[in-house]
Amino acid sequence: MNVVRVPPVLREEAGGARQVEASGATVRELLEDLTGRMPALGAKVYDGSEIRPYVNVYVDGEDVRTSGGLDAPVREGATVVLLPAMAGGAVLGR
Amino acid sequence: MATYRELLQETKTEIEEVDAREAQELDGAAWIDVRRHDEWDEGYIPGSIHIPRGSLESRIESRVPDRSQPVVLYCASGERSAFAAKTLAELGYERPVSLVGGFTDWKRNGYEIALPRTLSPEKRARYSRHTLIPEIGEEGQLRLLDSKILLLGAGGLGSPAALYLAAAGVGHIGIVDADIVDESNLQRQIVHSLNTLGTPKVDSAKRTIEALNPDVQVTTYRERLTSENIDEILDDGWEIVVDGTDNFPTRYLLNDAAVWRNIPVVYGSIYRFEGQVSVFKAGDGPCYRCLFPAPPPPELAPSCSEGGVLGVLPGVVGSLQTNEALKLALGIGEPLIGRLLIFDALAGEFDEMRIKRNPDCPVCGEHPTITEYVDYVEFCAR
Repeated sequence: MNVVRVPPVLREEAGGARQVEASGATVRELLEDLTGRMPALGAKVYDGSEIRPYVNVYVDGEDVRTSGGLDAPVREGATVVLLPAMAGGAVLGR
Repeated sequence: MATYRELLQETKTEIEEVDAREAQELDGAAWIDVRRHDEWDEGYIPGSIHIPRGSLESRIESRVPDRSQPVVLYCASGERSAFAAKTLAELGYERPVSLVGGFTDWKRNGYEIALPRTLSPEKRARYSRHTLIPEIGEEGQLRLLDSKILLLGAGGLGSPAALYLAAAGVGHIGIVDADIVDESNLQRQIVHSLNTLGTPKVDSAKRTIEALNPDVQVTTYRERLTSENIDEILDDGWEIVVDGTDNFPTRYLLNDAAVWRNIPVVYGSIYRFEGQVSVFKAGDGPCYRCLFPAPPPPELAPSCSEGGVLGVLPGVVGSLQTNEALKLALGIGEPLIGRLLIFDALAGEFDEMRIKRNPDCPVCGEHPTITEYVDYVEFCAR
């Protein structure tokens, strides 16, 4: 089992949770498991065949795009971080 | 009891004195000028380090850590440097020598001298807490005073950046913002105040900066950054950009321009209780498009009404950005290049993600596909 950390911008899709669980030996398996458990969250990250281009997935601090993509291995207990692009700045706060 | 003359004579017998020619033959020697500030300001021996006699014991180790390195000490005439040489011998330096005749003879004999660029007494007082730090010193402060840093946005992130950059004595600050100061800004945008409600943010920020530090020259651009004006603004010679933008179109526009112009961008972003900081410097690390090749489609971008931010969060993130900007300007430390720092205000935690250059990056990759500005549709209605 792995801990998947959910950033604030995606917490609504995770029922407000800061982290959720998902398992898989590769990034693909893990994202499919996540999508099965939390379809709304999964859909924001993974379209069923690719990681969405405006979301990054880090396994133990490494961007999976540069470490094997969907086939990158995920060790048991690894921390997975989802990171969507954030606009941020002043106007969001208005 | 000894008189000064007797003490000096005795000291001179205990140390090694050299003339200018002998001193120059000492391979790899560190040259230390032990005179006062005002004497140094009149000229010094090129390549020497200034450590006034009164600070010698406390500062020599940080400047000359290797006790086996020969040290040539000089003052005006060779007296203070004789005592200095004795002190260094007591500290374990193997070969401290005193320059006979000091700077006066050096200059009289026609050897080369250098004239320092120095801070005025007013600036020396204002920036003393900077110049006391060995990594900054007067030289670093002069660099800051010569620096040109552009702030994109005078909002939540731009406010602490404007204040701290100005306080630090960054000599030229540019501010790009088209907005007017509104009541709801004051919850976090600390460069503005009740006195400037309803005025353009660039003017309000300029007023605050000028009240804080008259050494800073402020250039204002009361406009929104677009593909039409970005080149004109960056042509003004900005060396570092602090990105406090609030929207994707501007962020991508800035990224692409910065890659093409080789300008480092200090990125910051905030949302509710979370912030991100990084430094994008083409050539040395990834650019923003390496991280996110394209903005999210409008229907998936968080809407502005969902936003909201803890007032202090932009203070933390904007200050971290300012820290990075100052490091870049001074050329010290380890900038956040290739690292994305994530701050979770609720948890009180920092996380760091390694980010790499993407060889397939559409802008800074090996085969760029984007070679001119892209105007993305503004999907977060203002």
